[in-house]
Amino acid sequence: MESSVVDTVRETPVDWTDDLTRVPYRVFQGEDVYAAEQTKLFHGPYWSYLCLEAEVAGPGDYCSTFVGETPVIVARDRDGELYGFENRCAHRGALLALDDRGNTKDFTCVYHAWSYNLQGDLTGVAFQDGVKGKGGMPDSFCMEDHGPRKMRIAVLHGLVFGSFSDDVPDIEDYLGEEITSRIARVLAGRTPEIIGRFTQILPNNWKLYVENVKDSYHASILHLFFTTFELNRLSQRGGIIVDESGGHHVSYSAIDRDAEKDVAYSDQNIRSESAYKLADPTLLEGFSEVGDDTTLQILSVFPGFVLQQIQNSVAVRQILPTGVERTRLNWTYLGFEEDTPEQREVRLKQANLVGPAGYISMEDGCVGGFVQRGIAGAASQSAVLEMGGSLAESSESRVTEASVRGFWKAYRAAMNRQEEA
Amino acid sequence: MSVNDFHRIGRVQADYSRCIDEGPLEQWPDFFVENCMYRITTAQNYSEGLPAGLVWANTRRMLVDRVSALREANIYEQHTYRHILGQPSVLEENGDGIHAETSFLVVRVMRDGQSDIFASGRYVDRYVDVDDQLKIAERVVVCDSTNIDTLLALPL
Repeated sequence: MESSVVDTVRETPVDWTDDLTRVPYRVFQGEDVYAAEQTKLFHGPYWSYLCLEAEVAGPGDYCSTFVGETPVIVARDRDGELYGFENRCAHRGALLALDDRGNTKDFTCVYHAWSYNLQGDLTGVAFQDGVKGKGGMPDSFCMEDHGPRKMRIAVLHGLVFGSFSDDVPDIEDYLGEEITSRIARVLAGRTPEIIGRFTQILPNNWKLYVENVKDSYHASILHLFFTTFELNRLSQRGGIIVDESGGHHVSYSAIDRDAEKDVAYSDQNIRSESAYKLADPTLLEGFSEVGDDTTLQILSVFPGFVLQQIQNSVAVRQILPTGVERTRLNWTYLGFEEDTPEQREVRLKQANLVGPAGYISMEDGCVGGFVQRGIAGAASQSAVLEMGGSLAESSESRVTEASVRGFWKAYRAAMNRQEEA
Repeated sequence: MSVNDFHRIGRVQADYSRCIDEGPLEQWPDFFVENCMYRITTAQNYSEGLPAGLVWANTRRMLVDRVSALREANIYEQHTYRHILGQPSVLEENGDGIHAETSFLVVRVMRDGQSDIFASGRYVDRYVDVDDQLKIAERVVVCDSTNIDTLLALPL
């Protein structure tokens, strides 16, 4: 059953090189690659971000979201537990939940009124016994045998992840200690409040956005706003953490109180000393987010989740493929119940930095499209990822593509895994 | 509501959209009072009372910064807008000013010549009189769709 999607579009093997420094452009272009990702990756032993626990806080609360392109429901039952299952009626395959979020006693398919409880079990079939002894389901029909596919659910510091695989390790083992502790740094011990949700439609393959998130090399080159206001410079104190699988990463930088004004940018002729000043500099006046000096922490979880702290703008991003050349990027901006009114205002102001209109992120929305358009007709060629060497390991330097190579390490392992099985 | 208010608001709207579509964009902040509120959000966020915006400014100077960032710092492909505005609905006039709503449709024309409907929605506005001129004290740009295609650089 798992291979049915792959069968419909025959997969041509991708020509990978022996090391991680080359990425064949075809992986961003092939329908066959895309189809294989849906089964091997999104239905494989990996955790996909689904929603925030705050969005399914009470009994009967539910969210409808996606794992890859598969529609799923996360629901909290009256037993207090979270359950995840495909948003798909076992009868004819129609969606069960039509709203993004809500509160319900159960899910009833609008097509033929088959109903399901909050755990995703089929509990009712309309006219199961027919009418006046005629029609109806055969006696052999057993409701327990039919239901949407269920997921494993993991909750970590208010983030809800799901997996269709029984082989996926526990979330803490999946992420490793360093990544887990960096999630905890931003989210543990606080109660998140959603202050806004926005969706950006990207004109490119989903992996180009993932690469962009992991690419610390571009951050203060493409985003001149960053550099101009010294929010993030590659020469700042910071580093890259790449986990052992390669799939997860953290890029961080901190206030360097002793650092002298560096010359690295003027040496490279990258504009960093423009006369451009903010008319209202309060945009950049923040507070220590969690009592440390780290002013930027971008964290990604394989395959498509991002937790961001940029100054005091905290957000989660869900990267959802919706086609070979189309990606849905869901931003959820966070505040915390513990915020003072002044801190909340800082978050609203600094939300100007991120999202589709963000001073430092609007470029990310179009740069993936520039690549997608640029690689047209170049399916036999490859991208070059040699900045900072050829390995996928943690480093103090952010002038490296180590975490991008890490993504490809994890991706290649995922895509090769079922071929070997 | 006086017919006069309707005409005055209509005139501000026409000049406002022409400023964005035809330029110069540098004059766009002049439509606002100094302590204005300008926010771009979606109908879903608006109805749920979620306060964040795609753009969120509580001073006119933040709007000046938007324009200078577009000119100086941000990188994006050339494109232009065409605003098509509906007639303003003047809802209420009170001590706060004049409250009105106006529907908009924005067509985005990309460098390659492609015209697409980029956004539809409504301006939820409050106007005040400043030296006999109507200025925007508050404008919430409520987009109908939750989706923004690629990026939002020029203001709505």
